[in-house]
Amino acid sequence: MTRITIDPITRLEGHGKIEIFLTDEGDVENVYFQVPELRGFEKFCEGRPVEELSQIVTKICGVCPGCHHMASGKAADAVYGVKPPPTAAKLRELFYMAHFVHSHIAHFYALAAPDFVVGPTAPPAERNILGVIGKVGVEIGTEVIKQRRIAQEIQALMGGHQTHVVLNIPGGVRKGLTPEQRDDIVEKAKGFIEFSKFSLKIFGDVVLGNKDYVDLILNGPYSLVLHSMGLVDENNKVNFYDGKVRVVDTKGKEHCKYAPEEYMEYVEERVEPWSYLKFPFLKKIGWKGFVDGQDSGVYHATPLSRLNAADGMATPLAQAEYEKMYETLGGKPVHATLAMHWARLIELLYSSERCLELAQDPDITGKDLRAPLDNVPDEGVGIVEAQRGTLTHHYWTDEKGIVKKVNIIVGTTNNNAAICMSIKKAAEGIIKKGVKVDDGMLNMVEMAFRAYDPCFSCATHHQRGKMPLVVNFRNKSGDIIRTASRD
Amino acid sequence: MEYHPTIVSFLCNWCSYTGADLAGTSRMKYAPNVRVIRVMCSGRVDPTFVLTAFEEGADGVLICGCHPGDCHYHEGNYKCLRRYKLLQMYLQQMGIEKDRLRLAWISASEGKQFAHLADEMTAAVKALGPCKIKENIETLS
Amino acid sequence: MEANDKKAKPKIKMAVYWGAACGGCCVSVLDVHEALFDVVAAADLVFWPIALDTKYKDVEAMADGEIDLTLYNGAVRNSENEHIAHLLRKKSKILVAYGSCAHMGGIPGLANFSNREGIFERVYQTSESTVNPDRVRPQPVTKVKEGELTIPEFYNDVRTLDQVTDVDYYLPGCPPQTERLVEVFMAIVTGAELPPKGSVVGALEKTQCDECTRKKTENKKIKEFKRPIDFVDDGETCFLEQGVICMGPATRGGCGYRCIEGNAPCRGCYGPPADVPDPGARMMSAIGTMIDSNDEKEIQKIVEQIADPAGTFYRFSLPGSILRRKLL
Repeated sequence: MTRITIDPITRLEGHGKIEIFLTDEGDVENVYFQVPELRGFEKFCEGRPVEELSQIVTKICGVCPGCHHMASGKAADAVYGVKPPPTAAKLRELFYMAHFVHSHIAHFYALAAPDFVVGPTAPPAERNILGVIGKVGVEIGTEVIKQRRIAQEIQALMGGHQTHVVLNIPGGVRKGLTPEQRDDIVEKAKGFIEFSKFSLKIFGDVVLGNKDYVDLILNGPYSLVLHSMGLVDENNKVNFYDGKVRVVDTKGKEHCKYAPEEYMEYVEERVEPWSYLKFPFLKKIGWKGFVDGQDSGVYHATPLSRLNAADGMATPLAQAEYEKMYETLGGKPVHATLAMHWARLIELLYSSERCLELAQDPDITGKDLRAPLDNVPDEGVGIVEAQRGTLTHHYWTDEKGIVKKVNIIVGTTNNNAAICMSIKKAAEGIIKKGVKVDDGMLNMVEMAFRAYDPCFSCATHHQRGKMPLVVNFRNKSGDIIRTASRD
Repeated sequence: MEYHPTIVSFLCNWCSYTGADLAGTSRMKYAPNVRVIRVMCSGRVDPTFVLTAFEEGADGVLICGCHPGDCHYHEGNYKCLRRYKLLQMYLQQMGIEKDRLRLAWISASEGKQFAHLADEMTAAVKALGPCKIKENIETLS
Repeated sequence: MEANDKKAKPKIKMAVYWGAACGGCCVSVLDVHEALFDVVAAADLVFWPIALDTKYKDVEAMADGEIDLTLYNGAVRNSENEHIAHLLRKKSKILVAYGSCAHMGGIPGLANFSNREGIFERVYQTSESTVNPDRVRPQPVTKVKEGELTIPEFYNDVRTLDQVTDVDYYLPGCPPQTERLVEVFMAIVTGAELPPKGSVVGALEKTQCDECTRKKTENKKIKEFKRPIDFVDDGETCFLEQGVICMGPATRGGCGYRCIEGNAPCRGCYGPPADVPDPGARMMSAIGTMIDSNDEKEIQKIVEQIADPAGTFYRFSLPGSILRRKLL
């Protein structure tokens, strides 16, 4: 048994490492994806006033703080048994759409695009945003940064703090919009829509227009046949802010659809001693191990799974793209992991259209921002879609609203088992006996991971242009028998 | 080794320090565990002083000021009272027993009361055992 | 910066690393937006796990002091965070504790109200969606059939960066406001004279109250404390004068009072003003002055209206405070 360690995993949010075990012949025996970090939010939120939680949980993640903020706001509403007034709910969703725009732009252009625009086995020095700009032009690069900046500015305007937003309070929001601010957002939303269409066009030209890439998406070692999870509205269309959680099986048939407060009947988590991150799975099917297929309890919660789980998109342009994607890829559901990148761009378009829709809604400049809190606080669940998966916050408080217990299932956590399996499958497909492991191959293993957009994406450069990696092949006694490296 | 509590006390110059001094000059016997720091007014006692005393190994902290209405600087002792209330809430959240911090009003003529207070507090802090804050911080370092 | 200056000065080598972090500080670096090109022209980023593929081995291979400037964000929660803190100290000329977590412990520092056992018990056992009959816990070393797997040791306590290694500067904030970072970065790059070692940079000497534009009067007198849910903020009056705890008086300015702009009271992420060793103590002192009562029973009643004083006054600074953690 020999072993390849990748530590730390890079170009994502958070700490992680991968251990690949090879048989003596050189085929992949097993792969472990380990998360070496834990901070303990589920413990240290105890004793805090529940209205403070929406500002504490944003610190779970500095890239998707808005997601935790929204889930927390909704959970706190549920604790008080209230729903925010229409203006407040729409303001929250409007903010949230800008949040999705910033994140999906950053992920596609800095994380995904290099592998496709420049090429998965291209020299590492070129496999970054600068390489992408080199191929598509400086103008586009500047436009990417500008659109992301505009999305951040909308978040700062509405939420005060640009990253760790303070918008929510139980029962509603703290701040409204003036007509002038609304007009400004309308113009910006139109800009988002154009930019989304343009991004899809790039994807179409560069990726779908390239036979090798299409082959990689459809036939590369990147498919996992799993149940798909996503939030849907009352028409079963994708919605990031509100609705019910729907899970469809590997053939696209509905497995369950649950309201937030029912989540514990459908999702369970298990613990492994070699990772700090828990492994959720579908309770009614049960844990069958790190396997895929119709009978496995492993599921994924990603842009692709959201599109699989829904019957369509709620806005027209995104709906047209949705239909085009499924037609191209041979119908629903799609299990090709790399198609997550396509789904993400369709979501970018939806977020932009929804942003415009909400900004143009007459309620958006309303003054009724908070519902009164007349009930004794108790217990509540809030669920939203984070960019990288279904996010659940569950709070219990005493009669004064001081938190007694917190339970959270985070977006990427849903995908823990799936990520492990994706990496293993990619490694099995790429690393084979008799073939020398090189830099390009190792990058292709990492591509399995990146498709999930595990929480962070970098809107900037890959400065040194290097991806230094040393791989030590050890025999059973632990002696190094061969070293493969790239600078 | 028997545990002898260390109690750091902040006594205001005009009333409580004089009162404590009176206990001494009257040759009253009382527990020797109280270490005295004289301040001009109990209102001078910053919460930082109390926390630092614990950090440096005090098992208990005693603050004494003039009786309400008698403060040499009019309102200083009231400020002290309010800070003391806040400190107590904080310390209890931090797992520190409420008897380790005490605020008392001692006038210049209350030597006997000061001696009694010193004995009482020493007994209370002795019953609680040594305060583990300093040890805790040293372990963390 | 003049084009000639850019050519004349060699690029500085810069690293950004995260301990127990959320990524927000890395986002604050990215939020330079279009100024990115200026940053890139002045600095070579040599280690930044969120963005670059440099591995730990490459840092180990660098010469001591080879990195000119390292921004270490995140708290020290486990053995890996500490190990890399020591490594980066060795390899860096200037080590900056970047952001609240490295500076004072930050939000992860709230875990100092508990300990490893308490946290593991909640996360891996009593969590309502978790089923763990065999009481499995993450272990630093696990034997699997293929070999041994390791993960860092989770310490009992959260520490600040300067509690494990020597720190040159502190750049506070959760995360630091990007404009402040750019000011500090430009100062370093243009070779301006730096303040004495151990200084807080990128923040004002004065408190939030100095920057905040809410209406304030000379006398703050509070008869009753309210939680933000207990009243409707008028959007323009000082929070404390409305009876809501705002950490402004005990917090450095420099963030642009961004939370207050969002109509939420300050929670102190920029840390205490100069010469204040403990922000919570400062806040208790300030509030002690503001309470409008001299009657002991009334004072007791008013003070009990403050929900969670320890978690509010020390929201970002528990590990860096005088007491550092709850006694358990």
